[in-house]
Amino acid sequence: MRTLLFVLPGLAIMALAFWAYSENYETQQSLSHVRDLQAQIGTERETLAILKAEWAYLNRPARLRDLVDLNFQRLQLMPLMPHHFAGVDQIPYPQPVLPALDGTITLSGELDP
Amino acid sequence: MIRTPLRPLARVLEARESGESPDAIERENLRRRHDDMRDKARRRAEGRLVLMAGFFLCAFMVIGGRMALMAISEPAEPRAYVAGSSIAAQRADIVDRHGRTLATNLATYALYAQPPHMIDKAGAAKKLAGIFPDLKEDELLEDFTGKRKFLWIKKKLSPEQRQAVHDIGDPGLLFGPREMRLYPNGPLAAHILGGASFGREGVNSAEVIGVAGIERAMDDTLRDPARAGQPLELSIDLSVQAAMREVLNGGMYLLNAKGAAGVLMDIHTGEILSMVSLPDFDPNDRPRPLTKGDAADSPLFNRAVQGVYELGSTFKIFTVAQAMEMGMVGPDTMVDANAPMQWGRFKIKEFQNKNYGPLLSVTNVIAKSSNVGTAKLALRIGGEAQKKFLSDFGVLEPTPVELIEAPGAAPLVPPNWSEIVTITASYGHGFSASPLHLATAYSSLLNGGTKVTPTLLKRDRVEPGPRLVKPEVSQAAADMLREVVLTGTASFGAVPGYEVGGKTGTANKPLKTGAGYHKDKNINTFASVFPASDPKYVLIVTLDEASDETGSEPRRTAGWTAVPVAAEVIRRAGPLLGLRPSIEPLPLTELTLASE
Repeated sequence: MRTLLFVLPGLAIMALAFWAYSENYETQQSLSHVRDLQAQIGTERETLAILKAEWAYLNRPARLRDLVDLNFQRLQLMPLMPHHFAGVDQIPYPQPVLPALDGTITLSGELDP
Repeated sequence: MIRTPLRPLARVLEARESGESPDAIERENLRRRHDDMRDKARRRAEGRLVLMAGFFLCAFMVIGGRMALMAISEPAEPRAYVAGSSIAAQRADIVDRHGRTLATNLATYALYAQPPHMIDKAGAAKKLAGIFPDLKEDELLEDFTGKRKFLWIKKKLSPEQRQAVHDIGDPGLLFGPREMRLYPNGPLAAHILGGASFGREGVNSAEVIGVAGIERAMDDTLRDPARAGQPLELSIDLSVQAAMREVLNGGMYLLNAKGAAGVLMDIHTGEILSMVSLPDFDPNDRPRPLTKGDAADSPLFNRAVQGVYELGSTFKIFTVAQAMEMGMVGPDTMVDANAPMQWGRFKIKEFQNKNYGPLLSVTNVIAKSSNVGTAKLALRIGGEAQKKFLSDFGVLEPTPVELIEAPGAAPLVPPNWSEIVTITASYGHGFSASPLHLATAYSSLLNGGTKVTPTLLKRDRVEPGPRLVKPEVSQAAADMLREVVLTGTASFGAVPGYEVGGKTGTANKPLKTGAGYHKDKNINTFASVFPASDPKYVLIVTLDEASDETGSEPRRTAGWTAVPVAAEVIRRAGPLLGLRPSIEPLPLTELTLASE
């Protein structure tokens, strides 16, 4: 019994030491993983900023206007003018297609006395 | 504790026997007792002092040890910080009201040299001069072989240039990371953005600071780390700005003008949707300010904000609005407009010495732009009240807009508001203001009569400012301005569907000497509002020294120059603002009675 009382805490300490050791390494690994991710996020953000700048540069109004002028044959785009606005009644709605009238059509109704 | 008696009986008896005074024994004993007490107190105090000294020694050793540890340790960022803290760029982006980028940052590199580490100094200088045509080989070599241990060669490198420098392979040529400010739209909105440059520079980073425009005025906000990269939203609409710049540029060349400025403002919020000043510049490569000559000739000069001109007849509407606000007249009241009018040694004449009088309705005073009509109204109003009215509209102080140039652009106001100043101010002469002042004042007058504050920042909601005129006066003013376009001096300003109203202003430029005016150099202004029945936007177009040369003789009035340009701006900007053209009623066909 007495021996057991000495041995058990010893074993417990060894087990805890092993656990703490592995935890320590796991933590360090996580930290370095976080650092890698942060660095990656940083690079991605930088790339994103470059792409955004490039997008803004390629979409600058002066360039778009020149492109539209160059490709006028195909695009036929004009600056938006007030007369481009239209009322709903000016839109041609498709006419409902009537079925062909071939054969007898049965009608029913009341004769007015 | 054993207390020694002061008069021990044995010694007292002994002393009495030998005839000595027992008091001496008592004094002796008292002295001993006091000595003991003093020694004890001193020991105790010394002990306490030692304790305190020990305590302080420990504390100082702990602090010193900590300092030493921190000093010898390698600097490292804390690794285990909370997730969600982002790595943001140094300086916030600037975007327009729809989130389109106006200014952003780009990672780049700066090139510096450490001559002591260089191997082939002559070769490196030769190759560098080959890569950068603006560097001189002999100057570089002189720098490399001199006493300098460190020198900057280039502030910004393109990736190709960096690779080329890398290929030289000299260990003394080094790169430092930089963030550089990029304006992807080039000269568009150049005067608003201003520009940026480097402040304090180190090898590993450099401070980006604004040098002009909103970049300088909002420098602290843009650099505030608490914003965490949140962009600064401007009230500018990029597409409207582009359309306005294109039209003004075309108008400026067609009309042989020296410069042009345009301001488009939301009448209710005071947001500046577009502000153009021509000629402009590329903020990516900001030119140096002129060292001699007139600063107004530099492309850096922002005509819309810094250009303080006599804006002429555009101010007539304020005289009339004040007369209506004071209840003197209504839109149809007939007023005296008999020209020319003699005032002391001054003679007030109409354009081309016409006479619209003797009586003219108030609406026609505006429509025909009668100087005499407004002058007589102003005399009835009085100088003091007129000055206060104009001052309430913010025409006599610098504009509070978020540009570093704004506080310096104070209107020129005569120190003594005499009666002749009252007369000339009634038709916009004798004091000078910028197009932005005019836009703000027109917005305040026409939005129902509450003061607006001009701003370049996007606003979601704006509390109406203090009331300046009654809503009826505001609407009557808008109707009068509409009448100017329908029947008066600004007939070229009509844009079908947008019910444009406006007032022309033609002012001769003052001579440099300060005495008198140029005969053939004008500032032409058109201050317009649309749609007149429910005003939403105010547009000011100013052309500097414009003249229409298509006719037999050059026409220099605003009606022939600024008005058609402004109409084209409205035609282009209206649809972009999402403003639906209203269908205006056609004028009824005139019937001729058969019996006549």
